[in-house]
Amino acid sequence: MTVTAVRKDPQALSLTLEAEFDASPERVWQLWSDPRQLERWWGPPTYPATFTKHELEPGGRVEYHMTGPEGDQPHAYWEVQEVHPPNSLVVRDGFANEDGSPDTEMPTNEIQVTIEDAGAGRTRMSIVSIFPSTEAMEQVLGLGMEEGLTLAVGQIDEILAENA
Amino acid sequence: MVVLVQIAPPDFDRMFGALADHTRRDIVRRAIDSEEGIAELASHYPMSFAAVQKHVAVLERAGLVTKQRIGRRKVVRTNVEGLRVTRRLLDQYEEMWRGRIDRMTQLVNEYTRETDR
Repeated sequence: MTVTAVRKDPQALSLTLEAEFDASPERVWQLWSDPRQLERWWGPPTYPATFTKHELEPGGRVEYHMTGPEGDQPHAYWEVQEVHPPNSLVVRDGFANEDGSPDTEMPTNEIQVTIEDAGAGRTRMSIVSIFPSTEAMEQVLGLGMEEGLTLAVGQIDEILAENA
Repeated sequence: MVVLVQIAPPDFDRMFGALADHTRRDIVRRAIDSEEGIAELASHYPMSFAAVQKHVAVLERAGLVTKQRIGRRKVVRTNVEGLRVTRRLLDQYEEMWRGRIDRMTQLVNEYTRETDR
């Protein structure tokens, strides 16, 4: 099994996945740095992604669209925050309008990628995907957060279990 | 971004934001099987009617509760399906990344085989 750990942290509104590959960090980095390779894994087979711009440098932009079975083409972009080949990458992934400009109505999602040598020819990659900040949510909701999102997901499970 | 999740993010934020507060979570839990109006709900908390009303409004916008009319009363009821949706979204997001990592693994292995030749 490639995925070695999954953590869902409702407080930080984040999802962390760790995976290991039988390859060098340089090889794993190429999955992100080469747009043609990126296209082969970013979208599912039913929604392949096409990367039309790929500036992997701080402040750079990556633009892509996905093509659905009905020919629909949702556009999206990354705003590149940090790049340290072959070890880390931080991007902000958001939805775009058809001309590639950010769709400001839609929330963005930060993706932090860390790639490190795990020894014995293996490489560990961790992906942390963070949903919009609680600050952003406070703005959306116009309310202060009393205690963050502590246990929200666990409590949902609890509530659902009680109601089952 | 995957289309499955694409429709959902605004609601997702709202739902999580709404559940970030313990009074609101308590209201959600209470309103699963009670038939209380806002005034009755407010009696459980050390805060004003207006404050509770505000909490209920946040929950309502997030699709987590609805106000239903029972006779002459308006009661707050939990939308259990809404709760399930929230939970499923995080799970879907995990599935999406698992799919990506599977494809990455395939790609890496393909390459390794080619260079071995």
